[in-house]
Amino acid sequence: MYPREAQLAPPNTPAPAGDLTPELLGAAEWSDQMVAAAGIPMYDIPFLTVGGGMGSFVTLDYLRIYGVPTSQMKVVSNIDTPWQTYEFLTRCSQIPRSERIRSDSASRPDNIWGFPSYGLQETWKDKTPAYLWQLLTEPLLNDYWTPRAGTVFESLEREAKRIGYWDMLVKGQVRMVRRRVGGGYFTVVTPPEGAAPTKRIIFRSRFVHLAVGYPGLKFLPDLQEFRTKHNDYQHVVNAYEPHEQVYEFLKTRPGTVVIRGGGIVASRVLQRLFDDRKKYGLQTQIVHIFRTFVSGSHGPHIWARRKGGDGWAYQGFNYPKSVWGGQLKAQMRKLEGAERAAKYKEMGGTNTPYRRHWQEQMRAGRSGGYYHPVQGTVDRVERSKDGRLVSYVRSGDGIVREPVSDYIIDCTGLEADISEHRIFADLLQNSGAHRNPVGRLEVERHFEVKGTASGDGALYASGSATLGGYFPGVDTFLGLQVAAQEIADDLARRGFVRKMGPLRSTSQWFKWAFNTPL
Amino acid sequence: MVPTLSGRIQTRLFLLATVGVIVTLLIVPLLPGPARPLGGRYVNALLILLAVAVLGVVWELIYHFLMQFRWEKDWPTLFGLLTLVPEGLLLYFLLRSGAVDFIDPVPSAAFWMHFTVVWICVWLVANGPMRVPFIRWRFRGGRVL
Ligand SMILES: Cc1cc2nc3c(=O)[nH]c(=O)nc-3n(C[C@H](O)[C@H](O)[C@H](O)COP(=O)(O)OP(=O)(O)OC[C@H]3O[C@@H](n4cnc5c(N)ncnc54)[C@H](O)[C@@H]3O)c2cc1C
Repeated sequence: MYPREAQLAPPNTPAPAGDLTPELLGAAEWSDQMVAAAGIPMYDIPFLTVGGGMGSFVTLDYLRIYGVPTSQMKVVSNIDTPWQTYEFLTRCSQIPRSERIRSDSASRPDNIWGFPSYGLQETWKDKTPAYLWQLLTEPLLNDYWTPRAGTVFESLEREAKRIGYWDMLVKGQVRMVRRRVGGGYFTVVTPPEGAAPTKRIIFRSRFVHLAVGYPGLKFLPDLQEFRTKHNDYQHVVNAYEPHEQVYEFLKTRPGTVVIRGGGIVASRVLQRLFDDRKKYGLQTQIVHIFRTFVSGSHGPHIWARRKGGDGWAYQGFNYPKSVWGGQLKAQMRKLEGAERAAKYKEMGGTNTPYRRHWQEQMRAGRSGGYYHPVQGTVDRVERSKDGRLVSYVRSGDGIVREPVSDYIIDCTGLEADISEHRIFADLLQNSGAHRNPVGRLEVERHFEVKGTASGDGALYASGSATLGGYFPGVDTFLGLQVAAQEIADDLARRGFVRKMGPLRSTSQWFKWAFNTPL
Repeated sequence: MVPTLSGRIQTRLFLLATVGVIVTLLIVPLLPGPARPLGGRYVNALLILLAVAVLGVVWELIYHFLMQFRWEKDWPTLFGLLTLVPEGLLLYFLLRSGAVDFIDPVPSAAFWMHFTVVWICVWLVANGPMRVPFIRWRFRGGRVL
């Protein structure tokens, strides 16, 4: 990455004014003079958050409610609304606005108190007391009640307007964050074409927060190999990319689909296939390959046993519920190194919620002979003579299967290494950041990136990149709020904002309830 | 809120001392039973509340132990409501048997009305409104301190 950058501006040809210079690229810490000499325009903003997705939003929401004015904060992002990336990913993975998401009623990214919960709101709006019964009896007699995606987006929009989100938004791509001699940080931004006279602009801040979401998506290696070799991006797809062509094709003629992965995305894709089958009277055959086939309750002892069956591990949310505030949160907060990694392993693993509707559909599929769950590892995928896809699947018992399909949908949702993201790669290389026991970015209990302190400033991070820290539930709405609260309280300790006690919290809640702009 | 052990105990004591006391002050004059001076009835009702708190510490230890059998280490909303049955019954029989002799026997109707109303109010507050003044409470397993 760096050699290439250096080639663009080799030392003997002066870089055009307003761009990064070899001197800047080579220095771990920058002084104000160095930045001025490069001719890059510089703007001061005390608090800057990078990303502009859900993580940035909830952090700004907390700080606005704690009392920071919009003039003190900016968010740099390549998207227009905080839910844009989330909505794209949910839509691809078969959760349109009318469908229900995974997280529960009190995970409300538009409301720091989580009260009233989405459940109460939808009960009131839809005049459906049955939701209350479900909330009362979840997860014992009923599935967890979860909100519609549309409910989440609408309430986010309301809150974003209320806190003046768009007054703080700066469009652009962040290239890197470097420490400043004397304290604080420089954030280098590439503004959209034509939006600024120079190629880059720089923000000088005391505090920077990184919430850039997923570093990138990773495909299963055998599928990636097939895609590159045959230049075929139509038949072997990832569930997180648009793949409507699969469902459209199946409406035109009977076909077979191979599904890979045992998480919630696989459940969603299955639901879509089953729904379409019923709605349009289709003949779709589904082969579902689980690398780890869970056939029942599993775990080392009676106090650590998760439900499972038919291939799946069942769990309401992506981690056991108590990681967001109960016993597991308290335990993990104390663990370091190998012990922490072991605890992650114990409670981790791919899983999906047990939903009664999904169970019925799968039962019908198994007995109707059109849904075939199998255990196996795929050695390779090849094209058959008639242009279809052959998967070479080896099961644990030695049996080799070779299902032929029209499409393969990768639902494993593998995430790329954090160093695939330029900002993290740069931080690891130049700013003292390092990896945690599971290989991602190591952060403190208050989400400051370890090793990156700079004078009286601090660099924070939240979201998926920080998984493996003292708090496991990072990549969820509630987890992003847990992080935001820790960050806001840390900023209060540093005198940037006043800590919020019970009285102010209550009066702020009334402002939220009456939609009073801040 | 998904509780830790200390969070359970703290939340119980805090909510009984606030919501429990307020509800008791409001409800005692309305409870059925023989006409007795209001002051004495108040003292007795508050002592019952105290007994719920003290016995509750032991109950919470039991609940915490039972929670360990749950993979998610969570405590569903419904449990928080239904535990009123064993707790109410135990206290009721202790009072009837005279084992807690500093509390005067109360008519069953009055006891159950008082106990149930307090329980439901505490449960309702713990399932939502508590988060309004105390924004850190739910992330700390119910610890107030
Ligand atoms: C399909 C799916 C369903 C999910 N469902 C739930 C659910 O039901 N409940 C739940 O709690 N969580 C859920 N999550 C997890 C998580 O809460 C969301 O993914 C959430 O959007 C994460 O927020 P974030 O801020 O970390 O990332 P994002 O919302 O993705 O925001 C990060 C943003 O940063 C931008 N960015 C990246 N690099 C740069 C750069 N260099 N410069 C400028 N901008 C940059 C990206 O474009 C992106 O828009 C789900 C995730 C997925 C993928």
